[in-house]
Amino acid sequence: MRLQSQPMSEVTIRFAGDSGDGMQLTGSQFTNTTALMGNDLSTFPDFPAEIRAPAGTVAGVSAFQIHFGSNPIFTPGDEADVLVAMNAAALKANLTNLKNGGLIIANTAGFDKKNLSLAKYDVNPLEDNSLAGHQVIKFDVSKLTSESLKESGLTPKDIDRAKNMFVLGVLYWLYSRPLEPSVQFIEKKFGKKAPEIAAANIKVLNDGYTFGEATEIFTSRFEVKQASIEAGTYRNITGNEATVLGLVAAAEKSGIPLFYGSYPITPASDILHGLAKHKQFNVRTFQAEDEIAAIATTIGAAFGGSLAVTGSSGPGIALKGEAIGLAIMLELPLVVVNVQRGGPSTGLPTKTEQSDLMQAVYGRNGEAPMVVVAAKSPADCFDTAYEACRIALEHMIPVMFLSDGYLGNGSEPWLFPKEADLQSITAKYEPSREEDAEPFKPYRRDAKLARPWAIPGTKGLEHRIGGIEKQNETGNISYDPANHEFMVKLRAEKRDRVADYIPMQDIDNGKDHGKLLFLTWGSTYGSVKTAVHEARLEGYDVSHAHLRYLSPFPKNLEYILKGFDKVVIPELNNGQLVKMIRDQFLIPAEGFNKIKGMPFTVSEVKQKIYELLNK
Amino acid sequence: MAQARFNEVLTLDREVPEYKSKDFASDQDVRWCPGCGDYTILKQVQNAMPELGIPREQIAFISGIGCSSRFPYYMDTFGMHSIHGRAPAIASGLKVTRPELNVWVITGDGDSLSIGGNHFIHVMRRNLDLNILLFNNEIYGLTKGQYSPTTKEGFVSKSTPMGSVDHPFNPLAVALGADATFVSRAMDRDPKHLNSIILRANQHKGTSLVEIYQNCVVFNDGVFEAYTDKATRPREALYVEHGKPLVFGENDSKGIRLNGLKPEIVDLGEGGVSLDDLWIHDEKDLTKATILARFFDRPSEHVHFPRAFGVLYCVDRPCYEDGVNAQVAHAVSKKSKTLDDLLTGDETWVIK
Ligand code: SF4
Repeated sequence: MRLQSQPMSEVTIRFAGDSGDGMQLTGSQFTNTTALMGNDLSTFPDFPAEIRAPAGTVAGVSAFQIHFGSNPIFTPGDEADVLVAMNAAALKANLTNLKNGGLIIANTAGFDKKNLSLAKYDVNPLEDNSLAGHQVIKFDVSKLTSESLKESGLTPKDIDRAKNMFVLGVLYWLYSRPLEPSVQFIEKKFGKKAPEIAAANIKVLNDGYTFGEATEIFTSRFEVKQASIEAGTYRNITGNEATVLGLVAAAEKSGIPLFYGSYPITPASDILHGLAKHKQFNVRTFQAEDEIAAIATTIGAAFGGSLAVTGSSGPGIALKGEAIGLAIMLELPLVVVNVQRGGPSTGLPTKTEQSDLMQAVYGRNGEAPMVVVAAKSPADCFDTAYEACRIALEHMIPVMFLSDGYLGNGSEPWLFPKEADLQSITAKYEPSREEDAEPFKPYRRDAKLARPWAIPGTKGLEHRIGGIEKQNETGNISYDPANHEFMVKLRAEKRDRVADYIPMQDIDNGKDHGKLLFLTWGSTYGSVKTAVHEARLEGYDVSHAHLRYLSPFPKNLEYILKGFDKVVIPELNNGQLVKMIRDQFLIPAEGFNKIKGMPFTVSEVKQKIYELLNK
Repeated sequence: MAQARFNEVLTLDREVPEYKSKDFASDQDVRWCPGCGDYTILKQVQNAMPELGIPREQIAFISGIGCSSRFPYYMDTFGMHSIHGRAPAIASGLKVTRPELNVWVITGDGDSLSIGGNHFIHVMRRNLDLNILLFNNEIYGLTKGQYSPTTKEGFVSKSTPMGSVDHPFNPLAVALGADATFVSRAMDRDPKHLNSIILRANQHKGTSLVEIYQNCVVFNDGVFEAYTDKATRPREALYVEHGKPLVFGENDSKGIRLNGLKPEIVDLGEGGVSLDDLWIHDEKDLTKATILARFFDRPSEHVHFPRAFGVLYCVDRPCYEDGVNAQVAHAVSKKSKTLDDLLTGDETWVIK
């Protein structure tokens, strides 16, 4: 029977299995093919915290969610329409992420006695009617895969490893996707090294597809048309990859070589890995002995004239605090990347949170102002990292760039720019001087209050700088009380003056005045954007503005905020931006908070809108 | 492209002026306590500078925190007075990105062996080509007199009123343990020897550690008197030189002999022991350097050994920054991508 494909505007699929089941690869293959078909999409991987948690247990479950559609897509999806469960533990861990009435595709081999007991099920959930609210389609993926490969001559272990390809084939059939991109991927990955593995994977992929077509276990088949998004050439990108490219692009565009000092930490390490691969762009990476050395080497590199960047997550940023203060005193350009995760302390290393905003803005001894910017989506990490570099270099000031685990690991299509279209970065080094010239003043300032970047090896610029309070212009040590007050205010003014060189705040959606404004920063953008969009279609008078610049704020922010009766600030923390806004603008902004290591769902935000506007 | 930006301002090939030592003194007033050993060290570093044959602006002094770390302010070169313990890491970042510079780290015993211990061992492990001058005064001076990680057990200080129960580090043994390639010791009160060690440290390609015994007149006066006092120095200080026998004592009357791996003090001349029987100093021998660095602090041995001064160990090993820069140069020379290629990536699709 040939099923007619039913059109759908958007779908969320969650692939879940044991860490060894290859669900991340399956998800990313499905993502690439879906992207190539022109759907808009957003993805999010959900890794276990342990590298090798015991197989078959709930702790060892790894999941990957993709939300794709013919509509613009801004989040990885609230709840899944389809849950692929490779074993009992995967079902147990992910069932709450499935919509009522959603489809479960279960591998029965993962629901044998051993797996059930590892997942702590007394009875097999596939058989006790407990899933009655959902559609369940079950088949023995392991057996079908070994059938498919019985003549391959591969070991049972290698055969079992190919079972994720069977599932991928089934889903390609179910959502009417071509096999070709994944076939090419497999050939590229294994073709030379292990042609027999490549052939086996391709065969299983095909057999999975045919299984979907030939058996009658599916009653419907779907099609998601190409999205009507901005025309152009796209690629798929994660936030951490986009950060890497933003940093390299800033280095190339400014002509200043890039140095990245870092210590391994989840979820920021991929930035170190990514940059280490780009040495041909004159990039130097340094895996330091600790977080403090990571930023200290960065300060040394900045002193020497490099575009110096360090990256970490919250615990590492805490360790870097004193050194960031030094960089602020030295007034050197520096970018500090914080891919935030759940805190405090070790917190939730693999979960996301926005709880380091206060740390970024205020978290140093003394009054140590730095610029703070935050990305709103995986692809936006490119623009924001680039902007962080531009500000650091042009203003001779340390900049904190906030990303988070959700952005760093999440992915979306990216309408990537051309080098020629990138904003230029005008950084310059101080030129050499003759012996008889006036003594060089390292803390002389320009209109931005930036001091000259005088790098070693330039004749006549010998000077000494340090963390001790200094006199303006000469940079000489000064303990004069009036000078200290002057310098504290000057450093704050220098940070504030960055506001003269950034864009004005705009309204993302809705009117620029009215009853209700949702003000977001960071990764809450996607769910709030979607929720506001949908609520407006339903006739609710709600607007949305999103902040990239958190310190200083855009100059017109106060004007915008005062145009609304109520300002609500959704954050994945216990209320941080809301305090800054109340403090700075004396308005009764309200917090809307979630602190579960997970992003807001669209429906949570919509619920909040209804609650506020239906009163 | 990036290199071109440096070249807009750098004056690396300029002729080296005929410097005098005073050309390296900055216009800042030196503010150590009168009589502090730091003064002589500053003088000897300034004396050594003209002999390096490097233009002033290509030299950088990076320090941490402590009395000694004020040092960069007094040198008319590039300088950074940073934060406690971090100078080796800051200097590493500078050296990796600017390998042509001449980089010096100024640190103290608290700075390098307590708060900055991690960076101290890792910079030596990586063997970046820079010189570390460790001013060891066995006390925290700037914070007014607490015992330090090199203070001897039993020492009464503000924080140890009943005497320290803390076992001290032997800095040179730490350095050898961290695979340092140049390990040496000097003292403030022997300026000529200090000067020669500073110059040798600079010649060595790799991390050069110079531990300098420095007298803190205020909080730990005379702690090194046995070595600095002209009367006791001959029997307490053993000056080592590569290829020469280990001789010390009044009129060079004593020597050190190795019995297997056990050092022994012997009398020369009468009694039959000749120079030929003595331990000949070999800078390249790690085992001997380890014995030399440690033999004064073995409480189990009842013999009182003199303390070694000079270059205990000096070997060649590739420098970290050369490895990094060779990889980058190789990658740049094989450059196959433009920024646009990088932004485009491997897989794209077109939305019409
Ligand atoms: S306290 Fe000691 S080490 Fe510090 S300057 Fe005074 S004498 Fe020198």
